[in-house]
Amino acid sequence: MSTLVTLPVLLPMLGAGLTVITSRSATLQRLIGIAVLIAVAVLAAVLLVAADRTGPIVAEMGGWAAPVGIALVADRLAALLLLVSTLVTLAVLVYSIDQRVADYGRETPSTTFHPMYLLLCTGVSLAYLTGDLFTLFVAFEIMLSASYVLITRRTSASRIRSGMTYVTVSLTSSLLFLTMVALVYAATGTVNLADLAAQVGELPDGLRTVLALLVVVVFGIKAAVVPLHFWLPDSYPNAPSPVTALFAGLLTKVGLYALLRTQTLVFPQDGSKTLLLWLAVATMVVGALGALAQNDLNRLLSFLLVSHIGYMLFGIAVFDVAGIAGTVLYIVHHITVQATLFLVSGLITRRTGTVSIDRMGGLAKTAPALAVLFAVPALTLAGIPPTSGFVAKLALLQAGAGSGVATAAVAGVVVASSLLTLYAMARVWVRVFWGTPQPPLSDPDPTDELVVGTGSTPRPMVAAAGSLAAVSVAIAVAAGPLSAVTGRAAEDLLDRGPYRTAVLGEEAR
Amino acid sequence: MITINLSMALVVGALYAVGFYLLLQRSLMRVLLGIVVIGHGANLLLQLAGGPPGRAPIVGDAPPEAMTDPLPQALALTAIVITFALTTFLLALGYRSWVLLGHDEVQDDIEDRRVARRQRPAGAMEEESDAEPEQRAGADQ
Repeated sequence: MSTLVTLPVLLPMLGAGLTVITSRSATLQRLIGIAVLIAVAVLAAVLLVAADRTGPIVAEMGGWAAPVGIALVADRLAALLLLVSTLVTLAVLVYSIDQRVADYGRETPSTTFHPMYLLLCTGVSLAYLTGDLFTLFVAFEIMLSASYVLITRRTSASRIRSGMTYVTVSLTSSLLFLTMVALVYAATGTVNLADLAAQVGELPDGLRTVLALLVVVVFGIKAAVVPLHFWLPDSYPNAPSPVTALFAGLLTKVGLYALLRTQTLVFPQDGSKTLLLWLAVATMVVGALGALAQNDLNRLLSFLLVSHIGYMLFGIAVFDVAGIAGTVLYIVHHITVQATLFLVSGLITRRTGTVSIDRMGGLAKTAPALAVLFAVPALTLAGIPPTSGFVAKLALLQAGAGSGVATAAVAGVVVASSLLTLYAMARVWVRVFWGTPQPPLSDPDPTDELVVGTGSTPRPMVAAAGSLAAVSVAIAVAAGPLSAVTGRAAEDLLDRGPYRTAVLGEEAR
Repeated sequence: MITINLSMALVVGALYAVGFYLLLQRSLMRVLLGIVVIGHGANLLLQLAGGPPGRAPIVGDAPPEAMTDPLPQALALTAIVITFALTTFLLALGYRSWVLLGHDEVQDDIEDRRVARRQRPAGAMEEESDAEPEQRAGADQ
């Protein structure tokens, strides 16, 4: 069983190598990419069932037992997020293949896209599964290096500018991460997360708070928590829509996962939860208000992404079983719905030839399928019952209301910022789908893949985006069993016992 | 817990300060140098986290208590490789910026300025078409 834990990391990496070798055959590259991601999705499902039945599954690299060696750990949280992330990467890969076939024809191999895409999946899998702080750093670097290439592919002047911001900010946060690893190692003499759980508890209060704050800053930059969010709305909208969908779905959530993991496992006892509560409020409000000011559809969605990071942060700040369970459920829901919205936005800009919502109009008449496809994730994001957004938000609100006056007040902010999300979505709906139909504009720059503007809506792309929307509907349908799993995952996270026993053996108790 | 001496703490602090100062500059070359300097600071800190120097950590070569801690060195080596690769990537990006724009200055976000300048929420896009002449001139090259 423990071999299975390594495969979600090894398979995409192997696939990335194979797609470099097969860079002459587009069909082979696509088949490898899809086959690898399907295999990882199946593996993640198997791991989730196994971890849910028997507890965390651990693989020790090179036969070195933790805390000396590197351990990969698949517990309920890691396996669940791995499964959802892989489903999203699969759908986005199919979408981008369809887009490429529609624009450039069937026989157009790409030397960079497929290898980098699979490498990014490697980094994401490793970040979820690692039980080691330094390996987490390496996982982030694998993931971010691949994302640097994806965001600056087919460089135009605007993409150079946004890519520069993105790369510089990410590198800075990585170097702060490295600093944090060095300080943690100097203080405790270990980088194994399960071992750190015990060691950090024995440190003096001041030192522990400094380390905890550094962790919040490092993962706060990666997760785009206000006031460290400024790079996100600058950079994401300048990438091609499948890449933006992938980044919006996964990268910030991986940062949030790292924050959740370290807050629960390593720093459960310190006072940074009040800080997290304030950051959650700022993130929700600034993100939602920023979205209302935007005219560019992708920038609007990017600000909404920032706003919804605040919800997940709120669940961590509540820090009881209900709050953590709500956060996990929200992450699962948000990965799918945010990626769907960016894919649909790609279809809309393709149809209209612009990203400015003022220049669109009447799409409900000219492209009714697109209207339905936009309405489902938009309502889900706003949290209208009976969608998955409502289920996840309800879990967070219940957690907030049940744990004191301060969190109940912040739960009010959650409701208010949901209404702002709904308002932003209604504004998009009125401008884009109602009104008089506008003729499609011509593509301003045909080489950049940013606004493709062909006036067409290829069916395979609609199907790929639709399948992702179906996943988010399925989350709402399966909300009962899913929230049971997230509840058990949250209990594990706060208990810390099962994770530590699985990694370190019985003597950790 | 490992503590380091004051001179080393000052060196690490100075490297971080210089690096972050350079990061705040407009020129991409300076930003790149800033990243490199902070990277050096972080790697030095990682080295210092291993404690005082000692004998080579080879079994049978020295008693375990006289050995130096090999783990931070392995971590620093990995980190050096990663920073090196990403520095190269940034250099390529700077070169591309120079080819496309004729300079390597980091630009403001056009959309940000457009949103900031807007008076009314609706219908302001039309009269914005002549905005950012220098940006457009740069993009056309």
